Amino acid sequence: MTALRLYVPIDAAALAVGAEEVTGAIQSAAARHKVAVEIVRNGSRGLYWLEPMVEVDTPAGRVAYGPVAPGDADGLLTALLGNGAHALRLGPTEEIPWLKRQTRLTFARCGIVDPRSLDDYRAHGGYQGLARAISAGAAKIVEDVIQSGLRGRGGAGFPTGIKWRTVAETDAPQKYIVCNADEGDSGTFADRMIMEGDPFVLIEGMTIAGIAVGATKGYVYIRSEYPHAIVAMEAAIAAARRGGFLGNRIAKSSFTFDMEVRSGAGAYVCGEETSLLDSLEGKRGVVRAKPPLPAHKGLFGRPTVINNVLSFASVPIIMDKGGAFYRDFGMGKSRGTMPIQLAGNVKYAGLFETAFGITLGELVDDIGGGTRSGRPVRAVQVGGPLGAYFPRALFDTPFDYEAFTAREGLIGHGGIVVFDDTVDMAKQARFAMEFCAIESCGKCTPCRVGSIRGVEVIDRIIRNDNRAANSALLEDLCNTLKFGSLCALGGFTPYPVMSALTHFPEDFGAPPRLQAAE
Amino acid sequence: MSTKHQDTRRAARAPWDKEVAQSCIRDHLNREGPLLPILHALQAEFGYIDEAAEVLIAGALNITRAEVHGVVTFYHDFRREPAGRHVLKLCRAEACQAAGGDPLAARAEARLGVALGTTTADGSVTLEPVYCLGLCATAPSAMFDGRVVGRLDPARLDALLAEAQK
Repeated sequence: MTALRLYVPIDAAALAVGAEEVTGAIQSAAARHKVAVEIVRNGSRGLYWLEPMVEVDTPAGRVAYGPVAPGDADGLLTALLGNGAHALRLGPTEEIPWLKRQTRLTFARCGIVDPRSLDDYRAHGGYQGLARAISAGAAKIVEDVIQSGLRGRGGAGFPTGIKWRTVAETDAPQKYIVCNADEGDSGTFADRMIMEGDPFVLIEGMTIAGIAVGATKGYVYIRSEYPHAIVAMEAAIAAARRGGFLGNRIAKSSFTFDMEVRSGAGAYVCGEETSLLDSLEGKRGVVRAKPPLPAHKGLFGRPTVINNVLSFASVPIIMDKGGAFYRDFGMGKSRGTMPIQLAGNVKYAGLFETAFGITLGELVDDIGGGTRSGRPVRAVQVGGPLGAYFPRALFDTPFDYEAFTAREGLIGHGGIVVFDDTVDMAKQARFAMEFCAIESCGKCTPCRVGSIRGVEVIDRIIRNDNRAANSALLEDLCNTLKFGSLCALGGFTPYPVMSALTHFPEDFGAPPRLQAAE
Repeated sequence: MSTKHQDTRRAARAPWDKEVAQSCIRDHLNREGPLLPILHALQAEFGYIDEAAEVLIAGALNITRAEVHGVVTFYHDFRREPAGRHVLKLCRAEACQAAGGDPLAARAEARLGVALGTTTADGSVTLEPVYCLGLCATAPSAMFDGRVVGRLDPARLDALLAEAQK
């Protein structure tokens, strides 16, 4: 009899809710039932309210069960040996509506493959992008990435292909590919999911970038708060090297490319690309003034492509299917898909990859299902700690770089944190300033000192000490941060602060803002 | 770099030893930008970065001690003294705030009798804030001696605190 093949995620968030204990319980139950089971530790499908989600291979495809507790193992195994009926049965995984509605391009394999298996990656279309990249050559790669319309998924939204072209056109004896995996924004976990669930796609994307610009060395800078991602990437890099996909003459071509993992050390500001480069060089993570651009003088002063995990991870499919295929998803200048992350107090929390253009309201109410607490949604913060708080009145905003900018917000790295009506927006505004003060690298005075003054001014507003004058002062201070800081930490902290003050003035002791009739 | 470089593991570590420290430093000297890997290695070995290590590193990398000190003190991860026997990190970022993290942090502080960022007087637990563990869809989150914990509630928190104080 062939072994029953089961899948239990090894993704950190699945582990955080008991995936390891569930695996152990299933193994013990299998021993008691004297049945052979093979347990594949896959990544997460991203339906986190169902984690730990166990899948089983059946002749009709994979069937999901969740959320499974260790105590369910016996009953589940009995069901799997019978007709499969169980209270936790979710049906065929691919037919779960929340998953079926998505357009998974970057996350096509995440949750499906064994992240530790190079063979499994290749069996699911992996390294086809590299094969095409090798035969197409450097110039054509850059052209395809430009044509795809891919913009930096880290938050800034700069066209990836243009960045690559700049590095390609800059002569230097050594160039670098650096992956920014310092995913520090609260409410975001897409980079972590890719690194833990489909690490080879990141390696492939960085390798293609290396060929495109003539770089032979790559670094993945992963935040230390992601120990599982560090382990997964190191294992995948070693496997790729053994398989001939890193090192000299990769995939039997004339190209050389190798890479390694570097661990951050708990500094949010190192998610900013220039401070990340300084950190990699072994310095304090202090922001650099631009120019020079990293594309001209990046790591160790050499031309450097520095991109987010999702940007690199989107490249293999662009190379495989062509730039036009990817560009045909999306709206306006936001092309392709965005892995959106629903987090915080939301009923259906997880990763939802879809084409740009979906509205914030659809994401929060329809896909997210409202709050987990069951109370009304009052505010959402989009784009991490530097993103604006939006009230329900702005839920018609389409998920698009320009549309969010037009409403004094940003989509950042695609995280949406949902708050119910118990949230105190003055407290959230104060936290934004406090966080900026904790994490400021110290280079720009408006950020370093202004954030501390910001906390004090908000405290005065909260306790009704010259409220009108202090509110005006806060606005003035925010402008100083916005226009007087080199990077997004000081420059964007005003977004959460001012959006809270503008859209939720009643939390600061002012009369409620009149909302336009919907 | 591997999991042993994460300082979130159980904090029982070797006492400071100059020879061992020299060897940690030597292991990374051939790498580009060796300073952070060296500091991670030292912290994994000893649980903190001893002041004496700064001098050794400065000598090995031919930079000033001030530069080394600047890096050690810039990053939140690097400790200047050993942590408690257990380290409990509670996520204090927005997604966990939205999911009820604030009262849990207050509960942990009250139960242990210490503020976030400090160690209990008996040296059993260091309670620390962390700003995002990437577990925002299973919030509120914590990390206990390197183990991730999601969907934290008062009962699960109390169980962690009891484990920490054993």
